[in-house]
Amino acid sequence: MRFVPHTEADIARMLAAIGVQKISDLFSTVPAGLRKTAVLDLPAGLPEQDVVARLTDLAAADRPLASFQGAGCYNHFVPAAVAQILSRSEFATAYTPYQPEVSQGTLQACFEFQTYVAILTGLDVANASVYDGASALAEAVLMSLRIGARRDRILISDGVHPEYRAVVETYLGGFGRGTVETVPLAADGRTDTAALAELIGDDVAAVCIGYPNLYGVVDDLPGAASLAAANGALTVSVTTEALALALLRAPGECGADIAVAEGQSLGLPISYGGPGVGLFAARRKFVRQMPGRLVGETTDERGRRGYVLTLATREQHIRREKATSNICTNQGLAALATTVFLGLAGRRGLRELAVRNAVLAHEVAARLEAEAGLARVHTGEFFNEFVVAEPPGDTWYADAVAAGVIPGVRLRELLPGRRDADGQLLVTVTECNAPDQVDALVRCLAGRRAA
Amino acid sequence: MEDLIFEQTSVGRRGMDVSGHGSNAASAAEPPLDAGLLRDDLTGFPEVSELDVLRHYTRLSKLNYSAATNFYPLGSCTMKYNPVVNERVAALPGFAGIHPYAPADTVQGALLLLRAVEEWLCEISGLDAVSLQPAAGAQGELTGIKMIRAWHGDHGDPRSKILIPSSAHGTNPASAALSGYDAVVVPCDDRGLMQAATVRDLLDEQVAALMVTNPNTLGLFEAEIEEIARAVHDVGALVYMDGANMNALMGKAKPGHTGADVLQFNLHKTFSTPHGGGGPGAGPVAVRADLEPYLPVPRIVEYDGGLRWDGDRPESIGKVRSFYGNFGIVVRAYAYMLACGGDGLTEVTETAVLAANYLRARLEDAYNVAFDDRSMHEVVFTDKLQNADGVKTLDIAKRLLDFGFHAPTIYFPLVVSGALMVEPTETENLETLDAFAEAMLEIAREAREEPETVRQAPTATPLVRLDETRAARNPVLIWTPSS
Amino acid sequence: MEFPNNLLYTKTHEWVRTEEDGSVVMGITDYAQDELGDIVFVELPAVSDEPVTKEDPFGVVESVKAASDFYAPVTGRVTEVNDELPNSPEVVNQDPYGDGWMVRMAADSKDELEELMSAKDYEEMVSDLS
Repeated sequence: MRFVPHTEADIARMLAAIGVQKISDLFSTVPAGLRKTAVLDLPAGLPEQDVVARLTDLAAADRPLASFQGAGCYNHFVPAAVAQILSRSEFATAYTPYQPEVSQGTLQACFEFQTYVAILTGLDVANASVYDGASALAEAVLMSLRIGARRDRILISDGVHPEYRAVVETYLGGFGRGTVETVPLAADGRTDTAALAELIGDDVAAVCIGYPNLYGVVDDLPGAASLAAANGALTVSVTTEALALALLRAPGECGADIAVAEGQSLGLPISYGGPGVGLFAARRKFVRQMPGRLVGETTDERGRRGYVLTLATREQHIRREKATSNICTNQGLAALATTVFLGLAGRRGLRELAVRNAVLAHEVAARLEAEAGLARVHTGEFFNEFVVAEPPGDTWYADAVAAGVIPGVRLRELLPGRRDADGQLLVTVTECNAPDQVDALVRCLAGRRAA
Repeated sequence: MEDLIFEQTSVGRRGMDVSGHGSNAASAAEPPLDAGLLRDDLTGFPEVSELDVLRHYTRLSKLNYSAATNFYPLGSCTMKYNPVVNERVAALPGFAGIHPYAPADTVQGALLLLRAVEEWLCEISGLDAVSLQPAAGAQGELTGIKMIRAWHGDHGDPRSKILIPSSAHGTNPASAALSGYDAVVVPCDDRGLMQAATVRDLLDEQVAALMVTNPNTLGLFEAEIEEIARAVHDVGALVYMDGANMNALMGKAKPGHTGADVLQFNLHKTFSTPHGGGGPGAGPVAVRADLEPYLPVPRIVEYDGGLRWDGDRPESIGKVRSFYGNFGIVVRAYAYMLACGGDGLTEVTETAVLAANYLRARLEDAYNVAFDDRSMHEVVFTDKLQNADGVKTLDIAKRLLDFGFHAPTIYFPLVVSGALMVEPTETENLETLDAFAEAMLEIAREAREEPETVRQAPTATPLVRLDETRAARNPVLIWTPSS
Repeated sequence: MEFPNNLLYTKTHEWVRTEEDGSVVMGITDYAQDELGDIVFVELPAVSDEPVTKEDPFGVVESVKAASDFYAPVTGRVTEVNDELPNSPEVVNQDPYGDGWMVRMAADSKDELEELMSAKDYEEMVSDLS
């Protein structure tokens, strides 16, 4: 096959050097019975041209329609320079930087990434990324249980994304500690502070608040954090749309002790939900409890500034069963995409992009109310996502898709079995939704066919 | 060296014009939210031009060794060639531009691709069902152990112990601990192998599973694996196989046939997806049929002539990652599978094993080989012979950097003192293998005749040895404006 | 490598000294600090009335390449810890038996001390390891 470079002569030379007659001799330690049944019943290999054709056909069976879907995965414009840097094979095909002398590219980029995440979250330290926002939350919950050694309750706002909640519950399964309780939302779409005050206690390890939450609402993070702090619990902010952090008061400023986020919005395509990049930041005093890789600054023997993986003794390859996590890879190249993107957007550009998203989303919300008679279900402030009542009838969604527009995410799909999710549509607007797409959305939801 | 991007700021510079679709007004408008909810600004973020960004990261990239530029014989990592066509197909709009909640009938291509990869992995593993959801090998392990726990729970008792070989990768005991199990170490014998008798002595009705890597982390095929698996099954426990070393087994032994009940693959090892400086990877999990109900949710099912996601699976352990996993990585792996085909994957395994044994043959006089048994796709040397001259594995690794090679894996597995694990993979040509062998032989000579040269290495790399103690004692983990 | 004679030793490489006031002071041995390499962090137990059992892990010593638990040498309570160590972990490398002391305990009984090793026995154990 084409990636194996050896000629017959090469193989003969290698066999001779080893001192065996044929390749199958090298598998003498594999029992013959196993070898007999191991033949792979798979098609023959294809040349590159055919691989491309096959995959192009599959991709063509997908229709990337104009979409107003968010709910944890956000379509933003990614500048060409990001892909260009990612295609540098020195970044793409490098391994984890265990030999720092020859990995300064990767290590310095990670250090820059950590810095960006710390600034966005308003916290002291950030790691070099975890798999995604959902596992970041799960790791934050485990971390808060380690820190609050005698506290076993985890309060999660009903505004936290259900997939994130599901991952937390899976991670807690068998862990031996930690039970999750839901804090309901108030009518405005923010966490019900009175309910939180009822539930909070000195046996709570962490309070987790969506910021913004599943419904796009900017939750009262400072309020929740002060209640948590008064009871000795940690506050974890959970952000699915990382762009919001360019505009909203930073979670650390609002009292969060740990901030987790999905960073996909910042430089990664939506790619059917993965790969993403999990952002994880915390207060300095918790640094030794943090999961994942950390890159630190130091000097080399000639006094030059350089970067190394550090505090590695928390990690699985050293601490093994006592590790802070089992995590091995981070999201290296995905974190690099975010790092490059944030440099391109820069101090002013990222904020402007966030403002643009908010302005566009608010305009769409206003138009849906005025022209389609669909008002927002919540009154809390929002960033670029909001919930409206679904239009009447059964065909509006299919009709919209047929017209080339996916009008949003139906909450009944996201929260099956919940009556209060029936008849609600989560609409997300980004800078990628051109004016004609917005017009089409309004038309579809107003019940009028595509013009 | 290269300044940090933050240090290249010049107030007012911009890299990106964020006013697309002619809506300048929107970006310049007042944010339509209560001012009390807003941050002041992104102090500390750089202000640089697009060219500044491009130059900065291009220059940084040149400070890296990578598989595309250097031979990277990292044992246990399988640093094979990452075909660039994979990048091209993963970027197709039909893959990169679809939303995970898009209606199923608009993403049948993606669903077909995922289903196909599941089928290929079933065939390669000899197991019955696959989930592509785990984002990495370690996450695949966690998934596997949690499924084992759920299976035991349904059989009456989750049990409390997991047996793990002393040579195992650190993620193994970490995953076990995270799932509430005590890790009990199974020592290997003096051939580096696990013995069925040893395992039997440790087995009882509180053992939920044995975790095994095969070939093991010493690069040796576990000769007694079938008997060990039988012993494990006899006490009602399950066998978890860490599939990190699948590059040595494709077409030669199916894990399901050796008695494995659960297996995780590493797509970024065996299936050529790039290591990316540390990810993203993917760690699909394969299981025997009776464990299928526990696989993460949702699963792909047939529906009305097409495919869709089914979330109604009450026995599932739940989710380990949002959405469906690292889809873009799975696309790359599929392109690789198609390019190889069944014969090609077998050839991959044969050549990987051939290359490792060739390096062993060239180096076994100059370097102590940890164990005598036939190596498979990787070979473990030690620094025993070089210790006599005061040269250690770390020094050898650093000196290799001066020769333009990335070091092999060092000090792993822990059961070998001063381990130096070499895995060439099947994509290196003979000239490269020989050049590496020559470099290693030269270092062995230096160790004997001028050990200081080895101990002071590296000297020819962008930076020389870094002060890791300082980094750990006074961690500086972010840039701050004053620094 | 030093093995002071006036100290007792555990199998897990801690040293123990009985003070005049009956309290028991412990740290890690010269062999341990040498094996660990440059120490970067020491996690000490909290001073409290909580009973600690002999051989319970009650702290962690971290170097760049390893993190090692250390264990209570006797049953009793933690009455004092060396506050200098979090700021200057390198003291453990420099002076493991003096300024690098870690924990002072009030021991429940003297009997357990008799189970510990003499300097000579510990030195022998260590030389068998190398």
